[in-house]
Amino acid sequence: MLKISNLHASVEDTQILKGINLDVAAGEVHAIMGPNGSGKSTLAQVLAGHEAYEVTEGSVSYEDKDLLEMSPEDRAREGLFLAFQYPVEIPGVNTAYFLRTGLNEILKARGQEEMDAIDFLQLIREKLKLVEMDESFLKRSVNEGFSGGEKKRHEVLQMAVLEPRLAVLDETDSGLDIDALKVVAEGVNQLRAPNRSTVIVTHYQRLLDYIVPDYVHVLIHGRIVRSGGKELALKLEEQGYDWIREEVAEQTVGA
Amino acid sequence: MPEPSSQAAPLSDTEVLEEFAQREYKEGFVTDVETDSAPPGLNEETIAFISAKKQEPEWLLEWRLKAYRQWLTMEDPTAQKASQRWAMVQYPEIDYQAISYFSAPKKALNSLDEVDPEILETYNKLGIPLQEQMMLAGVAVDAVFDSVSVATTFKDKLAELGIIFCSFTEAVHNHPDLVQKYLGSVVPTNDNYFAALNCAVFTDGSFVYIPPGVRCPMELSTYFRINAANTGQFERTLVVADEGAYVSYLEGCTAPMRDENQLHAAVVELVALGDAQIKYSTIQNWYPGNAEGVGGIYNFVTKRGACRGDRSKISWTQVETGSAITWKYPSCILQGDDSVGEFYSVAVTSGKQQADTGTKMIHLGKNTKSTIISKGISAVEGQNTYRGAVQIMKKATDSRNFTQCDSMLIGDQCGAHTFPYITVRNASSTVEHEASTSKIGEDQIFYCNQRGLSTEDAVSMIVNGFCKEVLAELPMEFAVEATKLLGISLEGSVG
Ligand SMILES: Nc1ncnc2c1ncn2[C@@H]1O[C@H](COP(=O)(O)OP(=O)(O)OP(=O)(O)O)[C@@H](O)[C@H]1O
Ligand SMILES: [Mg+2]
Repeated sequence: MLKISNLHASVEDTQILKGINLDVAAGEVHAIMGPNGSGKSTLAQVLAGHEAYEVTEGSVSYEDKDLLEMSPEDRAREGLFLAFQYPVEIPGVNTAYFLRTGLNEILKARGQEEMDAIDFLQLIREKLKLVEMDESFLKRSVNEGFSGGEKKRHEVLQMAVLEPRLAVLDETDSGLDIDALKVVAEGVNQLRAPNRSTVIVTHYQRLLDYIVPDYVHVLIHGRIVRSGGKELALKLEEQGYDWIREEVAEQTVGA
Repeated sequence: MPEPSSQAAPLSDTEVLEEFAQREYKEGFVTDVETDSAPPGLNEETIAFISAKKQEPEWLLEWRLKAYRQWLTMEDPTAQKASQRWAMVQYPEIDYQAISYFSAPKKALNSLDEVDPEILETYNKLGIPLQEQMMLAGVAVDAVFDSVSVATTFKDKLAELGIIFCSFTEAVHNHPDLVQKYLGSVVPTNDNYFAALNCAVFTDGSFVYIPPGVRCPMELSTYFRINAANTGQFERTLVVADEGAYVSYLEGCTAPMRDENQLHAAVVELVALGDAQIKYSTIQNWYPGNAEGVGGIYNFVTKRGACRGDRSKISWTQVETGSAITWKYPSCILQGDDSVGEFYSVAVTSGKQQADTGTKMIHLGKNTKSTIISKGISAVEGQNTYRGAVQIMKKATDSRNFTQCDSMLIGDQCGAHTFPYITVRNASSTVEHEASTSKIGEDQIFYCNQRGLSTEDAVSMIVNGFCKEVLAELPMEFAVEATKLLGISLEGSVG
């Protein structure tokens, strides 16, 4: 599904990703954890194609295509979804209209029929229930004046509507109350299928109680320094990152 | 697994901008119609020629000549040094002797069937199938081709209600008293250089009169085209709503591609008597010039409405996307007590376009109210200036103004400027002014991209969102057109 090899990326001449290797097979859920500023969001943005980040080395293949050659909208149309850590406000643009326009672009790319306003309303009502959002959000401008938690739910709502094959969730659980956390987890779990994969960036193992990952990776200073199962997340929660930093330092010295 | 729709490397925003900017102007074409033109040049004889050609009464010729003589004593703002000019626009001096002041299709026409097929074809190319539009949309269309109206419709239906909607020339012949009473009553002949020029040489335009208590049942609409090379376009529009009357008037235009700069100096006068309401909506999409800014229209327009009676109301709504240079301040004189003036504007400048637009709200009557919502969008090297004057006079007690001026910048070579001039001469009135400038965010575009939208669609969506309050004021069909137009013109500038 997704194969990241030796990925290096920089922003404004500062190297941030320093050789990421990651394989995500179809149907898998991977969690990425790591201290602030270690490059998790950068990795997510690079996967989605943000032009502020320059890939200086390495490659990414997605469903056997060269992901880095694709425009951001083509990546989206090919089923890659990024739930933003900081969703952007778009004043004056109706949320329902925004989402339907995006959905229709994606349906078009899939060779499926576009959805009219009535069918869309039916679909979105169902998905709103899933994320426990009120229908009144549809009439508001995209993310404008949404609370932090509402913005995150809105990201999950969009994911549920667009049905991506690869979803990257960047700290979608941050700033959520316990109920909302379950809602987000429910949204992700509903999408779990043999042909879909999820990459979850999170600081808290709590979310992983609800969405059980197949793998947990630790990203420090632009590199994945440790990979393991769910128990790795538990250990991180108890002991923090210092022990990994130490081990990594020892290995580097020993090498 | 579906094939990706495109494997091309993602375009940067700058590249997208450039690509947009290089697109050809979609409405650019020229129709070949034999014209009966006056030779270039301006003097009293030219004016007499125009007046004679149009078989005008003596008083009108005298009025034109008076305006011409005033014009001769006025200073040409295009001849001033840029530093002395108050408007923030730059352009070469205009040679008024090089302009031909009269051109008209040859035949006199009574019905649409007699309209030159080539003219109808022009409308078709513009996507304005005249008959169809009249039948389907219920819009009466007074189509102005060059300077003379060639088709006027729905007149019978409107006539039943006593509504007069016709070309200015017809109004001069059939309703001379009304014309004489109101012509120049809002914009005096010596109001400004271009208004004076218009008074002297105007060739045609539209006239609307709504009798007391009548609500005009349909939107009245005019499509303007500038055609015939080197013909200055001097339209004259006069809309009078008598006591308690209501009318909504739509003005929209597109123009063919040209090499020389074309001067457009129209005058629009609105008069609302007691309890009357006039809603005047404009979509302006004249040729803005090529990528180097050559060949665009100079749009120097004087638009003013007088809320003459108590509780009268005038609303200006405009979407300005075209022209090389726009210089226009639709204004309201709030004479009647409790009268209301509104100005809703979207102005887009892209490429090398320059716009200096805004409004004047002059409060004379008691308890008068005005609202100004201005949205300026600048892209590429466009320069967009909002210039607004709010004057609340001594006797206009308990009056209110609310002004909101928002600017959006696309790219970093464009500019937005705001000059509000506010005068309040009594203590019981209030003025509120809000202004903001935002840059269209790369992050907003990226967020849209991530949901499957192309950059082009994203920009169009973001800009339409930005202009929402103004677009909401447009009549339905017009709003749809305006939304498309914003997308198209921002293609030409991202914006
Ligand atoms: N546009 C940018 N300009 C300059 N520096 C940047 C930019 N984007 C990211 N960085 C820097 O890159 C580093 C990695 O940032 P990133 O957002 O990827 O961290 P993160 O792992 O997601 O952190 P957090 O857990 O706080 O979200 C940080 O030091 C950050 O300051
Ligand atoms: Mg982050």
